[in-house]
Amino acid sequence: MALKPVTFTLNGEPKAAFTEDGQNLLDLLRRGVGDLSPKYGCGQGTCGACTILLDGEPQLACLLLGEAVEGRRIDTATGLGGPAPHPLQDAFMERFAAQCGYCTPGMLMAAKALLDRNPGPTREEVIEAIGGNLCRCTGYEPIIAAILDVAAERKRA
Amino acid sequence: MAVTVESHGTIAEAQRALGSGAVYLGGGTILMRAVNAGLVQGRVVRSTDPSLSRIRPMGDGVEIGAGVTMAAIAANPDLGFLHPVVRAVGGPQVRNMASIGGNLFAEHPYGDLAAALLALGARIVMAGGMQRPIEDLLRDRSRAGLVAAVQVSRPRDPRAFGFLKVSRVRPKGVSVLSFAAHLPREGGRLRGVRIACVGLGPMPLRSPSAERALEGGALDAAAVARAAALVAEGLDPPTDALASAWYRREVAGVHLRRLLGRML
Ligand SMILES: Cc1cc2nc3c(=O)[nH]c(=O)nc-3n(C[C@H](O)[C@H](O)[C@H](O)COP(=O)(O)OP(=O)(O)OC[C@H]3O[C@@H](n4cnc5c(N)ncnc54)[C@H](O)[C@@H]3O)c2cc1C
Ligand code: FES
Ligand code: FES
Repeated sequence: MALKPVTFTLNGEPKAAFTEDGQNLLDLLRRGVGDLSPKYGCGQGTCGACTILLDGEPQLACLLLGEAVEGRRIDTATGLGGPAPHPLQDAFMERFAAQCGYCTPGMLMAAKALLDRNPGPTREEVIEAIGGNLCRCTGYEPIIAAILDVAAERKRA
Repeated sequence: MAVTVESHGTIAEAQRALGSGAVYLGGGTILMRAVNAGLVQGRVVRSTDPSLSRIRPMGDGVEIGAGVTMAAIAANPDLGFLHPVVRAVGGPQVRNMASIGGNLFAEHPYGDLAAALLALGARIVMAGGMQRPIEDLLRDRSRAGLVAAVQVSRPRDPRAFGFLKVSRVRPKGVSVLSFAAHLPREGGRLRGVRIACVGLGPMPLRSPSAERALEGGALDAAAVARAAALVAEGLDPPTDALASAWYRREVAGVHLRRLLGRML
């Protein structure tokens, strides 16, 4: 199988990797680059566990070709926060919005994309923003509350 | 046989490369599922031609490059008439990836935007420049070739165009039924009525019986009731995990009546 070189920025760091023909970005990130935060749930675009930000927009790594991200900026949950957790991560813990945690990296990235674009979303806008992410544990309410908490905290600050 | 991916800088090169048994990759929200499942073997062709993602005004309408995404349409103030349609496609991630070109080739239960474009009488610009009515393309998609762009006129009266999607899961469920209606009026009479739907056949199609029931008359409750009663006549709705053919036939009139009722 032919290997193709691909370079991109991952969480602010330049990366160079080889991608196999037809390999999706999720597989490239996990096996090729070692970023295990985006999760494989379905490989079909239905669960959102593989959500990453491509040039700031939420997209599904399982449906992107690895080679299609040449020169682009990718952000994953690995890059959230620094020495201290990101406010969304704190709020998810506070609200018990992660149970098994499998959906969490995708949820966090969908939520980050929303708050980056719209710092004061309504409850409906939060529901819309995580509409492409399935959670089998929480019933969604704690996740919605966590995202709204971060928005409210930013408004106060 | 393994998959080989070819990227081409221009539409013309991609078109030439497609010639012999290759498959074209747009946004990938349908085709990549098959690639992931190992169901695609052989050559996959993609194009990075910037014209594919261009939206430009054209006379009384717009030309939308085949690679333009649902999200790009939703963000374009000139395309307000399509906003309710593209917002009804998938979740945010899918809308950031799914292209208008791919929507023309999507199998049931997909094709919400294609149905809207069918109701609006869009024209398809093929790679190489040939133009054809959207009906022609939808009738035989297997040998269609590469689509370069879609041209669509803005409805003269914004209230003359309406869209309704019925799904079981909100906010991102796929279609049980979707209806798009274009009801232009001349001197109080309907002229050039087009009613298109997803879920009443294997691909987005028009309902000739509903159109006949409305054409030439006034838009009133009686005409709406007649069109609703006839909408599935001569059509063969599919059965899938969401609904049976019987159910779709049974409720089609109810939903068409709701849509047209909003447009009275
Ligand atoms: C979770 C999920 C939810 C979805 N919900 C909806 C929905 O609500 N409504 C809906 O309509 N669809 C939905 N879809 C289906 C899909 O996202 C859309 O139909 C989309 O518009 C397909 O476009 P694409 O660019 O991703 O196509 P691709 O996957 O790239 O291609 C699909 C087909 O179109 C062909 N093709 C693509 N571009 C061209 C071109 N320019 N010329 C010729 N052939 C071309 C390809 O060869 C392929 O056969 C959903 C998909 C997912 C994964
Ligand atoms: S793994 Fe990508 S959407 Fe499920
Ligand atoms: S916490 Fe388990 S799937 Fe969401």
